[in-house]
Amino acid sequence: MADPKKLVEMLKSLEDQLVTCMRCGMCQAQCPVFAQSGREGDVTRGKIALLAGLAEEMIKDPEGVNNKLNRCLLCGTCEANCPSGVKVTDIFLRARAIMAAYNGMSPTQKLIFQQLLTHPGLFNTILDLGAKFQGIFTKPVNDMLGTSCARFNAPIIGDRHFKTLAAKPLHSDVPSLDTPAGASNLRVAFYPGCVVDKIYPSVGHAVLKVLKHHGVGVFMPKGQACCGIPAISNGDVASFQKMVKANIELFRKGDFDYLITPCATCTSTIKKIWPAYYEDKSDQITLAKIVDKVKDVSAFLVDVLKVSPMDTEGTKTVTYHDPCHLRNSLGVTAQPRTLLKATPGVKFVEMTDAASCCGSGGSFNLKFYELSQEIGRKKAQHIIDSQAETVATGCPACMMQMTDMLSKAGASRKVRHVVELYADTL
Amino acid sequence: MTAKALIKDFEAIVGKDNVLTSEADLASYSYDAAVLPNAMPGLVVRPTTSEQLGKTVKLCNDNAIPMTVRGSGTNLSGGTIPSKGGIVVLTTALNRILEINEEDLYAVVEPGVITSKFAGEVTKRGLFYPPDPGSQTVSTLGGNVAENAGGLRGLKYGVTKDYVMGMTFYDVNGELVKTGGKTVKCVTGYNLTGLMVGAEGTLGVYDTITLKLVPPPAAAKAMMAVFDTVMDACRAVAAIIAAKIVPATLELMDNFTIRTVENFRNAGLPTEAGALLLIEVDGHPAMVEEDAIKVEDICKKNKASTVRVAKDAAERNAVWQARRDALPALAKVKPTTVLEDATVPRSKIPAMMSALEDIAKKYSLTIGTFGHAGDGNLHPTILTDKRNTEEWHRVEAAIDEIFDHALALGGTLSGEHGIGMAKAKYMKQECGIAAIEYSKRMKSVLDPKGILNPGKLIVG
Repeated sequence: MADPKKLVEMLKSLEDQLVTCMRCGMCQAQCPVFAQSGREGDVTRGKIALLAGLAEEMIKDPEGVNNKLNRCLLCGTCEANCPSGVKVTDIFLRARAIMAAYNGMSPTQKLIFQQLLTHPGLFNTILDLGAKFQGIFTKPVNDMLGTSCARFNAPIIGDRHFKTLAAKPLHSDVPSLDTPAGASNLRVAFYPGCVVDKIYPSVGHAVLKVLKHHGVGVFMPKGQACCGIPAISNGDVASFQKMVKANIELFRKGDFDYLITPCATCTSTIKKIWPAYYEDKSDQITLAKIVDKVKDVSAFLVDVLKVSPMDTEGTKTVTYHDPCHLRNSLGVTAQPRTLLKATPGVKFVEMTDAASCCGSGGSFNLKFYELSQEIGRKKAQHIIDSQAETVATGCPACMMQMTDMLSKAGASRKVRHVVELYADTL
Repeated sequence: MTAKALIKDFEAIVGKDNVLTSEADLASYSYDAAVLPNAMPGLVVRPTTSEQLGKTVKLCNDNAIPMTVRGSGTNLSGGTIPSKGGIVVLTTALNRILEINEEDLYAVVEPGVITSKFAGEVTKRGLFYPPDPGSQTVSTLGGNVAENAGGLRGLKYGVTKDYVMGMTFYDVNGELVKTGGKTVKCVTGYNLTGLMVGAEGTLGVYDTITLKLVPPPAAAKAMMAVFDTVMDACRAVAAIIAAKIVPATLELMDNFTIRTVENFRNAGLPTEAGALLLIEVDGHPAMVEEDAIKVEDICKKNKASTVRVAKDAAERNAVWQARRDALPALAKVKPTTVLEDATVPRSKIPAMMSALEDIAKKYSLTIGTFGHAGDGNLHPTILTDKRNTEEWHRVEAAIDEIFDHALALGGTLSGEHGIGMAKAKYMKQECGIAAIEYSKRMKSVLDPKGILNPGKLIVG
């Protein structure tokens, strides 16, 4: 596109939302990025003012504004605490789509969203291959956390301490499932999400074990696509449509009471982003059904299956990190803690600022790794200070980030999904 | 000197990372929380040490560049909008608490310390810093001092100026001036501390601030009194003060605000009520008990239909949640929220409330009023959409009239937000021409090139 007039026109469509910001600046107290940089352009109020400035043609540098706009984790903490109720996530997602249409996407982004994530089969094949050969490029650094780092200078990996691709992703162990309801009389659809499938299949297995234990039937169709958040948060609305469409097609066929995910981001995306941005009118009924039924796994266990706290406290100390997408977007904070308290042997300890963002933010971590680390280091310190042996959470992306940060801090703390700890005891 | 050479000079002082030049960065400092037009600075500089701050001020003065010192930019009067361009000097990196002295009850801070963080650190040491502006989770202490910020506890505990014992500040030449001190009594020389507090950055640049701390109250009790009319509530306020009880907070909400808050939170507020008083008494436990009973009694005698005394922390929190919700609830009604802080002598609150009602009708505007009834500081909040030009003209006329009324009642333009650009034009009306001229003469000597926050406070 690259036509400034058109850009202004498109930004005008955001005007009604932009004006709801009264510029009180309260978002400064909430924003993890601002906490690090102290720069107004990094906080919501600043970004909204910049978008308004572009729309009013007071600012002439879309690229400069776009850079600021990208420096956001989409953690939603500002939105959850905004006195004026500004729909921050919506504004930023729409603005990113406008910017992507204006500036175009990088070849890497195009490759990932348009070629890879929209073709789940190809995506799986490539990463399956990657899992086989990654040992050549990586070496283990922390046994407790199971992290590795790059053997050679690799720009994308940098000095990250990461969990390598699982030798056997969930989809190769369990390609699909369709089991009847058991004692619970319930059947759920299971959507593990990409990170669980490819990096943390143990979390997927834990969910299946727990469901089996509680007599819940499982519908898990083969060939699930990405939930679409990486695409839409980078402004690629078209790829997002394809990914959601593919998932709707799969889940349309099943008969289930709930759709369960162990990924905070996937749950929040399905619940909030799908209905707001998925356009195909003919799918709206199926979409509404899915959106209505989607539930975080711990919320399902506690709210529906009524898993409740133990009378006795265990000895294994576990703390909990609130994923932004569970806390800010879905208001799920009590259930994961309840699940931990319901896990035999666990002694739950609260850490300082459990609700603060870990700094992952999906592709934010790739684009602004330094900043992401600065935010993550704080989180790692809180985990260490809590003295807990294990930090549990409900989002595999947070697990990756906390693992990287703890590994770099040389800390011997385990990072687990709440459902894994619970499944261990069954 | 060319702009490029200047940038180099600033970079030499504060380092390259702390000089912001991109359009997007500059635009991010072209506004604050006031509903006023943006103005772009030419450069943004972020000193990280006192020495850098002094050199920055001197460099600006040497080159006659206007400078606007800015903390978090939460002020509601446009005090940190760089209306004449020039340089925005950020204090956000000058954010160290240098000392909290538990023996002599004072603290020394840099201007960029966040108010609530400071108050929290003080509380941890068993002490109390009472000023609590509504923006305290983000506002800086330097900004609080510059604007002489208030808060909910003004009635009993006073405002920011009552806690500033002394400071060091840079004059335009970059010389460090020391005033006041760490002693409770300090009457040496001109009261430059008093002069600098509320000067809105027009006379000097704060370097360190010494703040008074007090012991915290041992007990507190909160209650909510419901009235059929605003007038009854106002009479209750007057009667409480007349009975020589000074509550820590004494807040008023009108019917529109009550309904809006209830709509927002569904906390069970009485939406039929004409007004609510939210009251907290604090101090020695025995006195708190006694005062609470007296206050309840006075409210009932002044036609309160019910008085709910909070029995525990949860109920107390519910009372204050209602108050905290006032602004966010109102802010959601319309895109533009104009929060004023016209203040009148306490006895004139009924007159001011009825004037506000008339003004809302006359200009057919939505005005929700809440505020610190105990100290006469009201927050008539006009809900509008700035894009509606015709309505915006009515808003401007209404604001003029609000201040006319407040002044006619012996009140003031600002209880706690400051004058800045927003109210500079009314200054003559309140202070008279002699005060303006006197201020201008003082300013012309202390800041001969007029670089310190020009266009603010005394332009009339």
